[in-house]
Amino acid sequence: MPTSWSEIFDLGARDAAPAQVEPESEERRRGVFRRLRESLSKSRQALVEEISASLFDRIDDETWERLEEALILADAGASTTAEVVERLEREVESGSVPADGEAVRDRLIEILAEVASGGRAPIDLSGEPAVLLMVGVNGTGKTTTIGKIAWHLSQEFGLSVVLAAADTYRAAAAEQLAEWSQRAGAELIRSEEGGDPGAVAYDAIAAARARGADVVVVDTAGRLHTQGNLMDELAKVRRVIAKQIPDAPHETLISIDATTGQNGLRQAKIFSEAVEVDGVVLTKLDGTAKGGIVLAIANELGIPVKLIGMGEGLEDLRPFDPTDFARALLAE
Amino acid sequence: MFDQLSDRLQATLSEVRSRGTLSEGDVDAAMREIRLALLEADVNFKVVKSFTGTLKERCLGSDVLESLDPGQQVVKIVNEELTGLMGGTGRDLAFASSGPTVILMAGLQGSGKTTACAKLARHLGESGKSVALAACDVYRPAAVDQLVTVGERAGAAVYQQGTDADPVEIAAWALERARAEQREVLIVDTAGRLHVDAELMDELAKIRKRTRPHDVLLVVDAMTGQDAVGVAESFAETAEFDGVVMTKLDGDARGGAALSVKAVTGKPILFASTGEKLEAFERFHPDRMASRILGMGDVLSLIEKAEQQVDERQAEDLQKKLESDSFSLEDFLQQMRQVRKMGPLSGLIGMLPGMGAMKQLKNAEVDEGELDRVEAIILSMTPLERANPAIIKGSRRKRIADGSGTKVQQVNQLVKQFDQMRKMMRQMMSGKAPDPQQLMQMSGAAPRPKYRRG
Repeated sequence: MPTSWSEIFDLGARDAAPAQVEPESEERRRGVFRRLRESLSKSRQALVEEISASLFDRIDDETWERLEEALILADAGASTTAEVVERLEREVESGSVPADGEAVRDRLIEILAEVASGGRAPIDLSGEPAVLLMVGVNGTGKTTTIGKIAWHLSQEFGLSVVLAAADTYRAAAAEQLAEWSQRAGAELIRSEEGGDPGAVAYDAIAAARARGADVVVVDTAGRLHTQGNLMDELAKVRRVIAKQIPDAPHETLISIDATTGQNGLRQAKIFSEAVEVDGVVLTKLDGTAKGGIVLAIANELGIPVKLIGMGEGLEDLRPFDPTDFARALLAE
Repeated sequence: MFDQLSDRLQATLSEVRSRGTLSEGDVDAAMREIRLALLEADVNFKVVKSFTGTLKERCLGSDVLESLDPGQQVVKIVNEELTGLMGGTGRDLAFASSGPTVILMAGLQGSGKTTACAKLARHLGESGKSVALAACDVYRPAAVDQLVTVGERAGAAVYQQGTDADPVEIAAWALERARAEQREVLIVDTAGRLHVDAELMDELAKIRKRTRPHDVLLVVDAMTGQDAVGVAESFAETAEFDGVVMTKLDGDARGGAALSVKAVTGKPILFASTGEKLEAFERFHPDRMASRILGMGDVLSLIEKAEQQVDERQAEDLQKKLESDSFSLEDFLQQMRQVRKMGPLSGLIGMLPGMGAMKQLKNAEVDEGELDRVEAIILSMTPLERANPAIIKGSRRKRIADGSGTKVQQVNQLVKQFDQMRKMMRQMMSGKAPDPQQLMQMSGAAPRPKYRRG
């Protein structure tokens, strides 16, 4: 399971993880766990207490009901919740998991982690240049996520990054990305507001090629998945990219806001139909929302979470670790 | 898997409705479906629990079980309770009797505050008010730029001091300036903040204290899940918001968050933001929304739309024609043109009762080109043919097809369909509604995920 930046990026033949990037120390890793756990359990005492204190005391019908309630409240969705709980219940009934509080809880964490990690793979940046396309509905944190990815690639891995401001719709979106490009030391390709997003992507790839840059990260305008014409536009941006580099975009990520409810499933499904999404960036996990919708997305659509965002700081974007996520979800 | 709330409720209630008698088991089954449907629509778990509890109690009352049409009674009760939950008839903004009316906007990051500010400014500007916007989001990169741009588009003045000033001071300064410039409304845009971020919530409370807003509006994304309740409760405590602006309602989220927020905080939803354009912003009608969720259609909105377009006298004529069974292709053409004046048909279909249950209609992109063809065919007919389509045979058919640039088969098809339509109308005029059972079959109720509790 990739849990550090050097593991989450597949940099191909490139001289991956240059010398100046130290492998993450165990101490720092633990710090990250704590941070995740803290943010996940912040004002979530109710859920936490329910699960850890009384849920697994006694294993009976009420246990499964409470577990369902907890998962529903975490936005895991009715189907995924029912599947997980039924599976656990079956295993306990058949005796393959002892009807003992601790054993059941551990098994639950395993199952949740397994569901969350469905079809996991690193972020593919092996292309030369590699093209990463970022999509998602409005306000889910695309531009911020891109800024941070660019920062890691450029500052930690020493790669040269070109940012494409293909969100030509939202007022000042390009300015927001411009600030990030400065922080990250990445080049920014932009057009005037209302310009053609496909043209911006085209220019960015052309620029990256001319300069021998390593990675092109394409920001796109937030759009609701129900807006057919805007989804067509997005598919066109993808086609423009694919025309220039046959395998590109090498990685397409969708950002999903952790506060999103069951609609997140539809977002992931419809975006995936339009641009073949490879992974999810789960943002805004620093609130009280549990982000359980990613369980449903991984379970029903087979699209894994790759990164999580826990705040506005640069260090708050992290590779996703399913076991940690499941643990933190149950405050273990 | 992705059935929407209204589909689910409709399917469940049709099952109950189609039955003459109702057992406690039926009610339980219906409650389970309603519960699942509401959960899938992101209505908060606890709200659902208490909602179905109340519902069940009312449905098991003797007046329901012993009535002649228990299924109908259940539908009625669900509608009443849902409307109650959404908050009755809604309310307007509170305006100051003198001086600028201050509206403070707050919410999580990415809920759409800045856009909502501009939309509200435009909305109020439309009614002749002079509006200014205060740019107090100094944290998100380029947020001030965004407000300046959209504010100008909305025709509002934007008061900003860049990103170095303190948001509380900016707000106070903006209020002074709004007074000096005799603005009628000042809308204060604030940074998105997490409700658990004590520091920023404190700042919001300070802005509130300094500007003494007449209304504090919480901006809530319609796609929010179970957490909507926690967020709303925290904001209610710190910002003491008065109402809610629901954003991104143009998506396919059923907005269970709206139900939850109202149920938990008691604060009404005042506005709905329904699209990318600045004009896509309207007053929220809770009663109508409840019916829409139930699939009873947003009939009121439809009637309002129709009233703007349909000439009353024409409507009376039509009624007479329907009654006397003398509805002709000419009348059909007039009707079609009337309806098309109301806007794209795909938008209207969603407002029609029962249409939510018809999958093929719901997702149908209505082919406006097809309607153009129908018009062309009718226009190529003589008045006699329009009044009496039965005479359209061989050579007439050929002439009409040539004249309208269509094929003989298409002319044929239209005549046939028109004939069927007249038959259906005759049925409806004689008081027979379309068979609900048939509608159900058309909806092809998908298998539901198993869910344990009722």
